[in-house]
Amino acid sequence: MNNNLKEQVLRSSGVNVLKCMRCGKCSGTCPSYDEMEYHPHQFVYMVEKGDIETLMESKSIYKCLTCFACVERCPRGVEPAKVVEAVRLATIRKQGNNHLIPDAIPEMLDEDLPQQAIVTAFRKYTK
Amino acid sequence: MQKIGVFVCHCGTNIAATVDVKAVAEALSHEAGVVISQEYQYMCSEAGQNLVKDAIKEHGLTGVVICSCSPRMHENTFRKAAAAAGLNPYLVEIANIREQCSWIHKDIATATEKAIILGKAAIAKVHLNTPLVAGESPVAKRALVIGGGIAGIQTALDIAEAGFEVDIVEKEATIGGKMAQIDKTFPTLDCAACILTPKMVEASQNEKITIHSYSEVSAVKGFIGNFTATIKKKRRFVDETKCTGCGACTEVCPMQKVPNAFNLGLNNRGAVYIPFAQAVPKVATIDANYCLKLRKGDVNEKVCGKCAAACTVGAINYHQQDEYIEQKYGAIVVATGFNPIKLDKYDEFAYNQCPDVVTSLELERLMNAAGPNGGTLLRPSDKTHPHKIVFVQCVGSRCDDSKGKPYCSKICCMYTAKHAMLIREKYPDTEVYVFYIDVRTPGKNFDEFYRRAVEQYNVHYIKGMVGKVTPKADGTIDVQASDLLSNEQLHIDADMVVLATAIEPDKTARPLATMLTTQMDTNDFFTEAHAKLRPVESATAGIFLSGACQGPKDIPETVAQASAAASKAIGLLVKDSITCNPCVAHSNELMCNGCSACEKVCPYGAITYQDKEFRTPYRTTVMRRVASVNPAVCQGCGACTVACPSGAMDLNGFSNSQIMAEVDAICK
Repeated sequence: MNNNLKEQVLRSSGVNVLKCMRCGKCSGTCPSYDEMEYHPHQFVYMVEKGDIETLMESKSIYKCLTCFACVERCPRGVEPAKVVEAVRLATIRKQGNNHLIPDAIPEMLDEDLPQQAIVTAFRKYTK
Repeated sequence: MQKIGVFVCHCGTNIAATVDVKAVAEALSHEAGVVISQEYQYMCSEAGQNLVKDAIKEHGLTGVVICSCSPRMHENTFRKAAAAAGLNPYLVEIANIREQCSWIHKDIATATEKAIILGKAAIAKVHLNTPLVAGESPVAKRALVIGGGIAGIQTALDIAEAGFEVDIVEKEATIGGKMAQIDKTFPTLDCAACILTPKMVEASQNEKITIHSYSEVSAVKGFIGNFTATIKKKRRFVDETKCTGCGACTEVCPMQKVPNAFNLGLNNRGAVYIPFAQAVPKVATIDANYCLKLRKGDVNEKVCGKCAAACTVGAINYHQQDEYIEQKYGAIVVATGFNPIKLDKYDEFAYNQCPDVVTSLELERLMNAAGPNGGTLLRPSDKTHPHKIVFVQCVGSRCDDSKGKPYCSKICCMYTAKHAMLIREKYPDTEVYVFYIDVRTPGKNFDEFYRRAVEQYNVHYIKGMVGKVTPKADGTIDVQASDLLSNEQLHIDADMVVLATAIEPDKTARPLATMLTTQMDTNDFFTEAHAKLRPVESATAGIFLSGACQGPKDIPETVAQASAAASKAIGLLVKDSITCNPCVAHSNELMCNGCSACEKVCPYGAITYQDKEFRTPYRTTVMRRVASVNPAVCQGCGACTVACPSGAMDLNGFSNSQIMAEVDAICK
């Protein structure tokens, strides 16, 4: 359990995970459910437990469409999509890890990609 | 010379843990007039009360100050103790050092300081207290029951049994309420009508009970033992005394496209109707919104009139007007009941889109032998047998405030198990799924009942919630839900979806609470006088609570509470008179300038003005208009003392000088 990470996710999402009553309506309504390894209700529960790293390593954080169906329908007003977004942010903000290696760039290059996007990507994904 | 005794209570650790009670007793012992200052662990106990009594006798005390809990809790206890020792009970003052001090402060030093100040204020007041003698007022031997559901019927029957007159006021055309609409009752599965309708008949045949159906309470005045209520009998365009309930008018009415409210709009009825076969009173009512003649505006015009022609006893009266009845009551019982909530906010369940998505109460009607399909369960859309039915629990219950009701509606788990079981029993080829968050079955034989649904009837209980309901072109309904235990998302191709809709208090409850000056909680349920120890009394004396108007309840609980409320009302009605509160207002006629400000603010109508002759110098007299208070009607709220610009109005026991003395003591 990583308390700092949990604190960061709670703060950046603004979500009170303790309001959850474990009904699973968020997962019942999620259009990306089958794509996800961890489902919306699991995000809420695992953040409550402080098990953030597992979520950060999962592809699930990129499968959420941010359609906010779960936010709209949660009976308790928990807002699971905001939790997913916060975990995604925690991954992006991870210090000391280069997500983009300059040598790998030429292979990824696309004619249609604006140069500014590459510059921005470097600024964002390298530290 | 005043001799005041101060008694500081520890309340176990309730006060003593946060307030230094010894320091309080010591500090207050130095106040002027204080001859004895003691502390004790439980002042309300027998031993504690004896401490007070002994001190009154031994020191000849002229005033007593108790530093303890709220006066709402034990003021009466100590007043009685003082009276037993020969001291006028109104010479006792309470300083609330628990609710207003120890419970809300954490720091001992500041809490102790505040406790001392509150004690000083009470001592300053008791210096000015005067002995008061309580008067008596008579009790009207008649009870009013507002609401004619099972709660109101049971209360009325019990009060009538004790020999008192009871009036039931019911806003619908028949008594019976929600229970009349229900098919079977849990956990015994006996038919609701079979056990309710005999009670309805009993109520109508009881000589002591008067049923005002299609009526509303439009005004209530007075106080415990002496309420005056105005009952508005809405015009039903049928003479109740003549109508025999034969139903001839309902058959000839050409306007047969009125949504049948008793069947929740699942079928139609005529503009003139009798809600159901066993209605009490069995009298027809014309719905003026649909009647071809009444809609015209001018009833003398030659339109329709078929019902009047068909009626052999001449009961139809298109000229009928609302009637107002004024009646005196000693006690009032509120039994306004509940309704399922509106489902407009929950688009995900497609309730407004698809006729085959129904509420549980609608399912009751669909399955009822007297319902729109004669008891055969058919889909409302195409009248075919459903083969796969999905039940959704907690629709609108247990929600965040913005999404629905924050409370558990309590009855849904059990009636859903009942529905599932009945369907599996009658139609074994039907698959039944229940999506639940928790199954809550506290109650006698309740969990056994739910287990029977699972084990004996093979109802599929799935832990999870339905997220989305989508009606499809082929007439089936796609139910998308999560199954939390197998951690997967399900799609069920259902024929019908039943929503266990949250329940809320009836809309008439809030205006009624204002009329009765009783309290409600934020959900519009009536608040009981004490959550544990006075569950059927409201905080307003003489007003009692029965059934779901106080909180969600099933039928056995409602009946139990109805009888409890009746016994409390009977306890009041058997008295010939009740002791009045002597802390009432009085007007100093010499200071009164006749402005009428007090008369306007008085919520009880206790103040009247009269012209009175006053002597002036040189043997002359002058006529002046002055206020006078009827002490039997005054409730001592003090509104007039605040409104009076000349300071002529004063309240016994809370006089202007007493209040100012308290304020001075606090600010010193």
